[in-house]
Amino acid sequence: MNEVINFLLCGVGGQGTVLASDVLVNVGLAAGFDAKQAEVHGMSQRGGSVSSHVRWGREVHSPIVGLGEADVLLAFEKLEALRNIKSLRSGGVAVINTQVIVPLTVTSGGQKYPSDEEIHAAFAQVTPHVRYIEGEKIAEELGNLRVANVVLLGALSALLEAGDLLAGMNVDAGTWLKVITERVPPKHVELNKKAFQAGREAVLKSN
Amino acid sequence: MLSGNEAVARGAWEAGVQVASAYPGTPSTEILEAFALFPNIYAEWATNEKVAVDVAIGAAYAGRRALAAMKHVGLNVAADSFMYASMTGMEAGLVIVSADDPAMHSSQNEQDNRAFAKFARVPCLEPSDSQEAKDLTLAAFDLSERFDTPVLLRLTTRVCHSMSAVELGERRELPAEVKPFPRNPAKYVMVPGNAIKRHPVIEERIRAIAAYAEDFPFNRIEMRGRALGIITAGISYQYAREVFPEASILKLGMSWPLPEKLIRDFAASVERLIVLEELDPFIEEGVRLMGIPCEGKSIFPLTGEFDPFVVRQSAVHAGLLPASVMEAAPAPQIGALPARPPVLCPGCPHRPTFYVLNKLKVPVNGDIGCYTLGLIPPLSAIHTCGCMGAGIAVAHGAAQAGSPERHVAVIGDSTFFHTGIPALLNVVYNQSPVVTVILDNRITGMTGHQQNPGTGQTLLGKEAPVIELESLVRACGIQHVRTLPALDVKEIEKTLREYVKLDEPSVLIVREPCALLPEARKKWMPLEVLTDQCNGCTLCFRIGCPAILKSEELDEKTQRPKALIDASLCTGCEVCAQICPRDAITFRPDSVFVEKERA
Repeated sequence: MNEVINFLLCGVGGQGTVLASDVLVNVGLAAGFDAKQAEVHGMSQRGGSVSSHVRWGREVHSPIVGLGEADVLLAFEKLEALRNIKSLRSGGVAVINTQVIVPLTVTSGGQKYPSDEEIHAAFAQVTPHVRYIEGEKIAEELGNLRVANVVLLGALSALLEAGDLLAGMNVDAGTWLKVITERVPPKHVELNKKAFQAGREAVLKSN
Repeated sequence: MLSGNEAVARGAWEAGVQVASAYPGTPSTEILEAFALFPNIYAEWATNEKVAVDVAIGAAYAGRRALAAMKHVGLNVAADSFMYASMTGMEAGLVIVSADDPAMHSSQNEQDNRAFAKFARVPCLEPSDSQEAKDLTLAAFDLSERFDTPVLLRLTTRVCHSMSAVELGERRELPAEVKPFPRNPAKYVMVPGNAIKRHPVIEERIRAIAAYAEDFPFNRIEMRGRALGIITAGISYQYAREVFPEASILKLGMSWPLPEKLIRDFAASVERLIVLEELDPFIEEGVRLMGIPCEGKSIFPLTGEFDPFVVRQSAVHAGLLPASVMEAAPAPQIGALPARPPVLCPGCPHRPTFYVLNKLKVPVNGDIGCYTLGLIPPLSAIHTCGCMGAGIAVAHGAAQAGSPERHVAVIGDSTFFHTGIPALLNVVYNQSPVVTVILDNRITGMTGHQQNPGTGQTLLGKEAPVIELESLVRACGIQHVRTLPALDVKEIEKTLREYVKLDEPSVLIVREPCALLPEARKKWMPLEVLTDQCNGCTLCFRIGCPAILKSEELDEKTQRPKALIDASLCTGCEVCAQICPRDAITFRPDSVFVEKERA
């Protein structure tokens, strides 16, 4: 395996980016890696852009990932995916929720939200490994928009198994589900398990 | 896995800390929240950081280990107390935690508080991960008692809010009885005659700590190659390990005072010496004063925070590393992206006040809290904001300078308790017609819902007297006081129009619980746009609510997009419904505002 696997998670305040990164770092630990996570609280949570860093490896020093150093970009919103594209290394994996959250600078400020063509073209310049997941739609079908973050984690888990980033290290679905179960309120465990599976299937059936 | 903040709380508990006091502030808030969960301790939200430090000092005078925690700028507020605590020393360990915020993720500046340690003749410890955050908290208490000194534990955002593995220990047992309070005026009463005798004591103390620092176990040399030696502390240590795997490192767990002999020995054992530290060249200047040549800020940035990319790039520029270590970062061609600044949440009770202030076009002197976001367009109704409690006095100063318009100061409930009260007293005493709006959302909002003197609950979950703002403001001498529901746009406009004409100071209290509080969430109910009645006038876009979107549908006449409400975001605060001139937005079935409209 690589010495360290770098994940950058990004989205909009309120989308569950922090919970997702909390799950991700604990999955790394449960799978036997050294793991660190870094995020910023406070002002950035008020509907602004948020990002969180997770690193797995034999020995992890820095808790944060530098520009162009993310092996995986997990984006919960399309504009935020594009905003963080320079964090992704060439040939890295991008998992992008197709959800759109229009910022006020577009609603009342006259700025323009990037088109799908622009987003696809930009990512195509960086990596062929881009996966768009309809997290919002899948979550809606499950009856709760708030589990889109766990749908994306499911998709990520399937992509990691299929790809070569882990190079033989086994991080199976059971490990993910155990960590998720520990971290969501008891009454939402079943829903989150379903969301995780739905995310995996979204990847597996398209392979 | 613990965050750095949780690890400090754990360390404090293991160290036998009995009393901890803090005022919430990012990135430090979770220290007290985590500490409060341990058994057999006392923890509190103080009204401000100076009060918190005095409380901790009192506990340490009384012979109990104590801790005060704050964000970096909180130590500015508490500086007076920090300085006398250094002069007196205490009967038991005292640790002041300062959580600095390089890159200003949630702050007005990025001051490097290690300077305070040097200024106050107090040792400064700097952890580089959660394990060290716990270990150095324990070490700080031992150091404090060994040398009869407060200790500054300096964290940074990336230590506070990073999660890493920590090994837990047991709590140190406390003696059951608290000894009688010391009667030792020569040590604890800092009148000039006593203080003059204490000053040489603390100068000698810091020299003794410098000698101890030579063997302090958290100051350690990791010898690898001799070509490059790096002196570093705090989070920068992690970047040094990451970017310079071949280099030798002198890792300083104590960044003040500096261990001169250790540094000299290390310098002599390497060919090129650099100092890797975020923000100020604090260690670098100390090393240079020893006459030891080194490089630091000539290579690495003085501002912002580091990450592996920044450190690597700087090192390549300085010839410390070959250019080949930089993987070609992708540089996709993308156009300018729309910004997504933090904004007032949907349903935020602060929104109507800023909508009205924008309409009135008055100068607004703001303060620190969620409501500082009233600055963001389209509300654009904050014109100054410097620090906690500044707004009211800034407005008064501008008024006394003859500023031709009426000044309005806006301040939150918790910030008013923090440092707003003396400023309001000053407005009354020195008589200026400043209009103060207290935005009372019944909680300390920005830092994530902490209790305060207005909420009726303490950090430990005990019931507390609710301080009534109206009586408090009247007691300050304000004659014109009115309280309004914070979501009542018309009444707020009416009162502010009246108050800005007064020649005497006035206070408007607008009250409504934060829309994110659990009780408020239960009342969320999305409103709808009646598309037939909307003509795309755009007025509702001007309240800056994230739940109001432009729909795809254009009005036939105006060819402007009609409004659309995102049901997943809308809380049903009815601010948009109140300002819509065409009744095109629904009210709640139980609306108090729609009744008023009919009346």
